[in-house]
Amino acid sequence: MSSAATPDSDRRTDSLTLVEAVQDALYTEMTADENVVVLGEDVGENGGVFRATEALYEEFGGDRVVDTPLAESGIVGTAIGLALSGMRPVAEIQFMGFAYPAFDQIVSHASRLRSRSHGKYSAPIVIRAPYGGGIRAPEHHSESKEAFFVHEPGLKVVCPSTPADAKGLLIASVRDPDPVVFLEPKLLYRAFREDVPTGSYEVPLADAAIRREGEDISVYTWGAMTRPTLIAAENVAEEYGVEAEVVDLRTLSPLDVETIVDSFRKTGRAAVVHEAPKTAGLGAEIATTIQERAVCYQKAPIKRIAGFDTPMPLHALEDYYLPQAVRIQDGILETVDF
Amino acid sequence: MSTQNEADPHVSSESTQRDEPIRILDDDGNLLPNAEAPSLSDEQLVSMYEDLVLARQFDQRAISLQRQGRIATYAPMTGQEGSQVATSYALEEQDWLFPTYREHAAKYVHGMSLPSLLKPLCGLRDGYAIPDDVNVLPEYIPIATQVPQAMGMAWGHHLQDRADTAVLCHFGDGATSEGDFHEGLNFAGVFDVPAVFVCNNNQWAISVPRDQQTASDTIAQKAAAYGIEGVRVDGLDPLAVYEVTRCALSKAKNPTDDERRPTLIESVQYRYGAHTTADDPSVYREEDEAEAWRQKDPVDRLRNFLYGEGVLDETLEDEIDDRVDSQISEAISTVEAAEADPAHIFEHVYEELPDRLREQRDELNALREKYGEEAFSEVLE
Ligand SMILES: Cc1ncc(C[n+]2csc(CCOP(=O)(O)OP(=O)(O)O)c2C)c(N)n1
Repeated sequence: MSSAATPDSDRRTDSLTLVEAVQDALYTEMTADENVVVLGEDVGENGGVFRATEALYEEFGGDRVVDTPLAESGIVGTAIGLALSGMRPVAEIQFMGFAYPAFDQIVSHASRLRSRSHGKYSAPIVIRAPYGGGIRAPEHHSESKEAFFVHEPGLKVVCPSTPADAKGLLIASVRDPDPVVFLEPKLLYRAFREDVPTGSYEVPLADAAIRREGEDISVYTWGAMTRPTLIAAENVAEEYGVEAEVVDLRTLSPLDVETIVDSFRKTGRAAVVHEAPKTAGLGAEIATTIQERAVCYQKAPIKRIAGFDTPMPLHALEDYYLPQAVRIQDGILETVDF
Repeated sequence: MSTQNEADPHVSSESTQRDEPIRILDDDGNLLPNAEAPSLSDEQLVSMYEDLVLARQFDQRAISLQRQGRIATYAPMTGQEGSQVATSYALEEQDWLFPTYREHAAKYVHGMSLPSLLKPLCGLRDGYAIPDDVNVLPEYIPIATQVPQAMGMAWGHHLQDRADTAVLCHFGDGATSEGDFHEGLNFAGVFDVPAVFVCNNNQWAISVPRDQQTASDTIAQKAAAYGIEGVRVDGLDPLAVYEVTRCALSKAKNPTDDERRPTLIESVQYRYGAHTTADDPSVYREEDEAEAWRQKDPVDRLRNFLYGEGVLDETLEDEIDDRVDSQISEAISTVEAAEADPAHIFEHVYEELPDRLREQRDELNALREKYGEEAFSEVLE
């Protein structure tokens, strides 16, 4: 991991997990800009409960990698203040389910300082939080509530699904002039490795990625759900000759409307896959966006394959709650057979 | 209790220093000079000891079950069980308990069954189904959120003139940094409600030590800011914890004219083990830090005290160990035989199942029928 963090390393890529890529991005940005500081619960000596800030404390010291008191409103509120002083804070919320004490700071201030002050002040902070289910965690540790943040004007919301994207998107988020909620799929933290470029690079906070091309249906998803979606796409291709195009949104706000709509114009059918509860989830926004812009291309109702409108169950039942490949596959076929 | 150290005959005069934790037993479990044991019968004392033994064994078994992959993440309580058991002994049946994820023993003593403690660790929500006659809330995981709620329940009892009922609310040292802690205690002071707030100061909030959590010398002193009483007690001395909690509960229900009802108790303890089974404390603290605390171990102290009193001997100890062992084994078998029904996902979300949820439940059932249960147990990654 350390060699990946050296910008002038003679190797071009390093094989990293997603969580290592997050660490690498932080290391890279902290090296490049001494105003970048990391703050949160257990991010210092402990290196974060998922080890996303491992070795940063040793490298950059306790003034730049700060273990705060246990108070999320304090973490985000002080991050806004740090940003107002010219720093570039990256705040860690230990689990997305514990962001709510900070909700007021995020939606009343981080998102609106720019507009309220007519552009004079802003809050260029990053709020990192692991999200999502599948790791057999206790209550409150598995939710996906990205819609809360996407709903708030002035915030950007980012959600990578691969190590290389995680690094490039996080670097872009740290440099972004606006506040970014950066959601990390904890199910994928150590799920696989991939070659990640060493040194600094950005993945723009504007572009969705086509993970698989296809003519029959567009399946929109992000984060941890890209994996079962890709499995389902392979299955329906193999078993039924249905070719699904899988669009990984990567940035949830602002949405890459062009890529979303272009794909739909090609396929005329769509499904959206997300872990979050179905009602008022991002699936509704994507479906409406498509209908506003491409209704004449539409061949079938747009299918939402989502978490149920219930609290996330404890882990014995989470596999029934989260969209599995089987549910995604069924939804794809239902839409294609309409 | 404002002059507890002088006024309470049970408490040792050694503890007269304001910030020194109140103690009744010395490190070895002998009664301190001038201290008096609480008025508990021999049977109660032995039963308290049995619950301590049960708590410790439960902890060891749970940690080992987690290592074998039979339960999920578990928050151990070894070193803290003395305080948990003793605070719950001080409760009367009608009093209410607000626990966190760590207060397994406190819940057990106040009426929860062993299987119900284990079920959530197996991912089964019915472990949070509290029997009607048990006044315990399901565990609170979002830190400090229980504090204003406990205040509110105490407030409600007070408004309804239920003078025999108090509320006891647990939380950790880390929790004192959250806004909810401040808001809850501030309300408690303003509305003068029958609530006892117990801060289980185990010196660590995951990897963050107590002195990085707050610049206050003690947690008890924070009470002054809310106009309520703060008390420090040796959390490894079950008798002192019992006595301090009992006094606080009795004041909550029956204050004298110049007393306010709420109390903040700082129970000074140490987390011997990891924060949870997912945590590795060797990354952030020295192993030998625990040694000084283990010298004052609550189980050993109570055992020695009871030996000294002549109410415990080896035969009884063996009997207790065996009984506890089989109780825990039985609980584990019960829980491991339990099954989760996917339809449970949709239950109790609202009092009445809305159409939208009925549809989603039927949709899930149809998929299970069509593809079989195995299709849902694929590893998502
Ligand atoms: C609001 C909130 N933020 C963060 C967490 C993650 N977390 C769980 S336990 C814990 C430390 C709690 O420390 P303390 O209050 O001292 O209690 P202890 O666990 O030591 O008993 C943290 C940060 C959480 N559960 N809730």
